[in-house]
Amino acid sequence: MKLNKYFERSLWVFHLNTGSCNGCDIEIVAGLTPRYDLERFGIKLVGSPKHADVLLVTGPVTHKMADRVKRVYEQTPDPKAVIVVGTCGTSGGVFYDSYNLLGPVDEIIPVDVYVPGCPVRPEAIINGVLQAWIKLENLRESMKAAPTK
Amino acid sequence: MTIEGLLIILLKIIGAVIIAFLGVILGLFYKGIDRKLAAKMQARVGPPIRQPFMDFFKLMIKENIVPENAVPWIFNGVPVMTLVATITILFYLPIGNISPLLSGYGDIVLIIYLLTLPAIGMVVGGFASGSPYANVGAQREMVMMMSYELPLVTTVIAIGWKLSQVYPQLNVFSLAVINAHPIWGLVGPLGFVGALLLLITLAIVTPGELSKIPFDVPEAETELAGGLLVEYSGRNLALFSLADAVKTIVMVSLTVALFFPYNIAHLFDLSGIFAIGIDSLFFLVKLLLIMFVEVTFIRVAAARLKIDQVSYAYWVPLSIIGLLGLSLIVLDTIMI
Repeated sequence: MKLNKYFERSLWVFHLNTGSCNGCDIEIVAGLTPRYDLERFGIKLVGSPKHADVLLVTGPVTHKMADRVKRVYEQTPDPKAVIVVGTCGTSGGVFYDSYNLLGPVDEIIPVDVYVPGCPVRPEAIINGVLQAWIKLENLRESMKAAPTK
Repeated sequence: MTIEGLLIILLKIIGAVIIAFLGVILGLFYKGIDRKLAAKMQARVGPPIRQPFMDFFKLMIKENIVPENAVPWIFNGVPVMTLVATITILFYLPIGNISPLLSGYGDIVLIIYLLTLPAIGMVVGGFASGSPYANVGAQREMVMMMSYELPLVTTVIAIGWKLSQVYPQLNVFSLAVINAHPIWGLVGPLGFVGALLLLITLAIVTPGELSKIPFDVPEAETELAGGLLVEYSGRNLALFSLADAVKTIVMVSLTVALFFPYNIAHLFDLSGIFAIGIDSLFFLVKLLLIMFVEVTFIRVAAARLKIDQVSYAYWVPLSIIGLLGLSLIVLDTIMI
């Protein structure tokens, strides 16, 4: 895996709904409106996981979606980050023991950043992306320190 | 072959490398300006102007995924072909008062043929990726190509025909000749209106040629998830984004060459290197202004059309406007 300093400045996000109630999805869209304007950080919503650097996953994972989540994760080219948006995806929320859920997102795919909230505020999503940014930056520093690994 | 001949070939090669390099940098820079302007028009802050460069460098380090049911050599070869075809057009376009690098080896008819190459490349790449989304996108791109060709050719033919009437001894389709004799100075009042209509035609063909909103049906982010480019990632996507940036420069330069080939160096009594410098700067300003009108403004002001609406818009109203412009120029010439 390679990383360079331009990577964090141009994070293209793919929005993946794994069974969300659409509340968090609307807040993600709100982040792209002129009021919050995520594009000023180089963040762009793309339509295909092949173009994405970051997966924004909303909602708890239903049985039907589990396979799809894995496939979308595998289709996203490396290096990539996963951000879970909303309480449901983080822990299952009020649906934690529901019969039709497989569980929170981190039981299916590795997750880098959790953004709790029901629904999350756009500010929280921006902060979440910033956390992913910092995480990638630290990863790059550590890779620079140990280039053989 | 003499030493002189070899030297000229060497100079052309060096020139080609310089133009390819500058074309790519300029393309990405103008793409950044385009995104910033679009953001300002939507009351946003917008990305920094160097954003396309960062996007490009990021895409270059990403993993390059080739889908299982794609044809790998076509899938990986097409982005390179698209970029090379686009950059080749730059060699035939005049920049400021510098005549085209390959002037004498090809004219505007060749440019029109070369302009279809990137589109064909994308169509082939779309079909080769083996995804239903890319397949639909490729079919739409083919329909688009068939639609915008007639208005584009009408514009070029009208200007060439007018030049052939005024200067029968010249090679009228050569861009150097078109560049030296602006259409506005050759026509009367009726022909002026005709030329204005042709300018409108070309201005509306440009976003179609570049697959920009309102004519971005082949890529259609919201319904086709990226359309033609849906399976492309990493280096291939970076090359496609470069080709798109260079093609913007090409199409806008074509408008400049056909309709606004004016230079300002003679106004300041400059000559030699200063004249080339100031004319090149003026050329960049013209590019910026025309890109703002043809790409950014239309992109922000309009929503995407459906594919049948795009086809209709090009075949019926725009073709009529173009042919009207052509006939006004003909009428103007006959009546004099």
